[in-house]
Amino acid sequence: MEVNRRQFFKICGAGIGASSLAALGVAPEPAYADSIRHFKLANTREARNTCPYCSVGCGVILYSRGSGGKNVSQNIFHIEGDADHPVNRGTLCPKGAGLVDFIQSPSRLQYPQVREPGSNEWKRISWDDAFKRIARLVKDDRDANFIERNDSGDTVNRWLSTGFLAASASSNEAGYMTHKVVRSLGILGFDNQARV
Amino acid sequence: MTNHWCDIKNANLVLVMGGNAAEAHPCGFKWVTEAKAHNQAKLLVVDPRFTRTASVADTYAPIRTGTDIAFIGGLIRYLLENDRIQHEYVRNYTDMPFIVKSGYAFEDGLFNGYDADERGYPDKSAWDYELGEDGYARVDMSLEHPRCVYQLMKEHYSRYTPEMVSRICGTPEKRMKEVWDTIAETSAPGQSMTILYALGWTQHSVGSQMIRAGAMLQLLLGNIGMPGGGVNALRGHSNIQGLTDLGLLSNLLPGYLTLPRDEEQSYSDYIAERAPEALRPGQMSYWQNYESFHVSLMKSWYGDAVNEDNNWGYDWLPKLDVPLYDVLKFFDMMYEGKVNGYFCQGFNPIGSFPNKAKISAALSRLNYLVVMDPLMTETSEFWKNVDEYNDVDTASIDTTVFRLPTTCFAEEDGSLVNSGRWLQWHWKGGEPPGEARPDIAIMGGLFHHLRDLYQREGGAFPDPILNLDWSYQRPDEPTPDEVAKEANGRAMKDLHDESTGEVRVRAGEQLSGFGQLRADGSTASGCWLFCGSWTEDGNQMARRDNADPYNMGQTLGWAWSWPANRRILYNRASADTHGKPWDSKDKRLVWWDGNQWTGTDVPDFAADSAPEEGMSPFIMNPEGVARFFARDNMAEGPFPEHYEPFETPIGRNPLNPDNPDVTSNPAARVFRNDMELFGNAEEFPHAATTYRLTEHFHFWTKHCRINAVLQPQQFVEIGEAMGNELGIKAGDRVRVSSNRGYIEAVAVVTKRIKPLDVDGKTVHHVGIPLHWGYVGLAKNGYVTNTLTPFVGDGNTQTPEFKSFLVNVERV
Repeated sequence: MEVNRRQFFKICGAGIGASSLAALGVAPEPAYADSIRHFKLANTREARNTCPYCSVGCGVILYSRGSGGKNVSQNIFHIEGDADHPVNRGTLCPKGAGLVDFIQSPSRLQYPQVREPGSNEWKRISWDDAFKRIARLVKDDRDANFIERNDSGDTVNRWLSTGFLAASASSNEAGYMTHKVVRSLGILGFDNQARV
Repeated sequence: MTNHWCDIKNANLVLVMGGNAAEAHPCGFKWVTEAKAHNQAKLLVVDPRFTRTASVADTYAPIRTGTDIAFIGGLIRYLLENDRIQHEYVRNYTDMPFIVKSGYAFEDGLFNGYDADERGYPDKSAWDYELGEDGYARVDMSLEHPRCVYQLMKEHYSRYTPEMVSRICGTPEKRMKEVWDTIAETSAPGQSMTILYALGWTQHSVGSQMIRAGAMLQLLLGNIGMPGGGVNALRGHSNIQGLTDLGLLSNLLPGYLTLPRDEEQSYSDYIAERAPEALRPGQMSYWQNYESFHVSLMKSWYGDAVNEDNNWGYDWLPKLDVPLYDVLKFFDMMYEGKVNGYFCQGFNPIGSFPNKAKISAALSRLNYLVVMDPLMTETSEFWKNVDEYNDVDTASIDTTVFRLPTTCFAEEDGSLVNSGRWLQWHWKGGEPPGEARPDIAIMGGLFHHLRDLYQREGGAFPDPILNLDWSYQRPDEPTPDEVAKEANGRAMKDLHDESTGEVRVRAGEQLSGFGQLRADGSTASGCWLFCGSWTEDGNQMARRDNADPYNMGQTLGWAWSWPANRRILYNRASADTHGKPWDSKDKRLVWWDGNQWTGTDVPDFAADSAPEEGMSPFIMNPEGVARFFARDNMAEGPFPEHYEPFETPIGRNPLNPDNPDVTSNPAARVFRNDMELFGNAEEFPHAATTYRLTEHFHFWTKHCRINAVLQPQQFVEIGEAMGNELGIKAGDRVRVSSNRGYIEAVAVVTKRIKPLDVDGKTVHHVGIPLHWGYVGLAKNGYVTNTLTPFVGDGNTQTPEFKSFLVNVERV
């Protein structure tokens, strides 16, 4: 029989309940059985992930609650080290052990916002408005300042008046797409955290 | 890392220098503990502070910040003078026998060809090997030729006597020799030492040369390519390695391909310069495949729009008129008002870059700033007045700032590359808050809108935008799977076996390795180094077999490591010239089995090249061997030389006390307005260094409740002796100032920082953690980088965060 981690916890939980009741020598009533506290992770979903902090790349397991239904979003409430991972073997450091507070931080941004010139506040905007306004600013600056040829007449096709600072913890896939887009625009002021 | 985390267990000796792994990489540091417990390994720590790593070391040696080249230079002299090097290794696997051109010279702290006005070496042509009539580099296997690399190196480091090193570094001579002696023991074939370093080596104006010095040390001892050996950069962030591999840097393309310079107008010259022919007979010179990698990249980006007739879209790549538009250069341009727009993707430059006042002024001169981040950052609120922590005039800042919420790691699929070059796939565990979107979707959405505008309106040079291949299922939100497959690459046409004509890979199929890449447009691969990560057999990065059948810690079935799932780079060098491991019991990595190379790791070599054919292990170099002599590849010269930090507590370079031109790195770029902002030891007498704490990750975890509770408030560390001198007790509030500004914080007075005797002066260190700012759950604090100088390493331009001068007063 193949037992996955979640089923294993269910079996263990039920087993402990059943054996301790038997030891008491009483016939369990249904209501009493219901009051047994089940293992917290029994009804969770697991996802394998990697700690996003330092470069050790520790394996972590994300535990989320939710019905699993298509229209229900899963809520991650617990994170622990992945015992199968060859590097961290289930351990986490003081940073990684607090990861769930990162996901649930009150500082998480919820909506696109804009701060207008001279203003002292954020204003919520839609994604579509954000994309439209940014695309317009980008295009106007690129069209005005793109350099096709240098003073010697050589083809150089670069754009120096807008720059891009790429991330340090985004995935390879996000990084690859970012590079593809940024270079197609001719940007050279392009770096990631590796520079510092 | 040339090696990887689990491999540290194979080390006989661990040297931690320029890093504090126990504090910054705790779960990786477990492998040092493993080596100590089960391999009887010793741990050496050389650091200005008695760190958490030092607290479990067998020997700790204090060193003044910024003087590591002197320490290692002295060690190199010690090993050469006492003949404690791995003879067979250095003779056969390094450039020691190579003869250098006669124009090469070193005098008064400068190599030949220095131009003081340019602050550099415009003509480096003499920094190279002498070529024979056959076109190959000349060698003298007896190592007696006065201009062979061995003799030149011996001469160069002859000045680094123990007395001189101790005078520069402040390390007591006895302790220094104890460390050197222990290190020298690993020159025995089969003994290996690993070097673990981090930002304590990179963040100096001579950072690249410090790391080179470390690499030279490892070559002398025969420790490169060995299990438990190598030069191991413990990188700071979870995917800095991957983003570097993917070339997200000013001058790079994916897979360490490089952008052309202005003068490289000809495509064929561009390729020829990057695909050098072998410099010695029988060598591989693997970069000769450069064009296959380059064309495959361009096919990946531009598909059918690029072909042989348009030089595979060569003119669509921007060309460089300066070596780099790195962040210091770009923020200097911004400060000068020459930049209008800037994007920050998961990056907080006002916290992370030196001289906050300059960064803040630069951002204020932008027309628009776009910040993408899962968290609110100081940068996104640089315009907000937060009392003394960010004292700006909001109304006068005209920058339009957009803040776009992104998902975090837990809310998306994808891969990250750890320090050991493992590409590990991860899976989404929950939904993001509010309307947050993945970075891919944001870049896709932005590109989509932009391309629409160019289609409708035309504009400046639209070709690369309109022709960018964008055949994703949902153009505004490509999936991570699609992108990962694209980075790996596929066949654009049927690929035939060259001898039999048989079809090897059908058009449209995923490629299985970069050996299949071709320069004729029949293959596409977005990053040749990642080719093999998502094959026809599926996603190799998602593999989870942690078996380690040889007990060597290589776990070849776990995730996927670049290149070619190889776990230790240059591993051919772990075997002797006959193809037998230097130690066949504990260090068996790769070997020649009579027919082919095989082993516990994927051999880093031509699998069928027998040892007697004489191919050398360093196949990426055209000479086939590793370099002590850097040729023309470094800004400061072919051998690392000690120069003082730009802000030096002793005011002179003890190696050349009478030549002020070589006090600090003579080839480092300094912008005019920043030169004036360097402080001197009369006004700012103490050597300061910045660092991280185990409870915090950069500027992120001050947004996490538990970490904000663990380390709530900003502090600085000073030694007891300094505290007594200045009348500062633990818990007092102090002001720490440099010539660029000040911060105020609580003083921690500690026994862990001792005064050092340097060049006849007493030098105190001041330790400044950097985690605080003016947003988040922890108490507000000053941005530490208010203090740091705006100058970078001569090659990488990584800022000198680790060595500068401050004054400390009680407030």
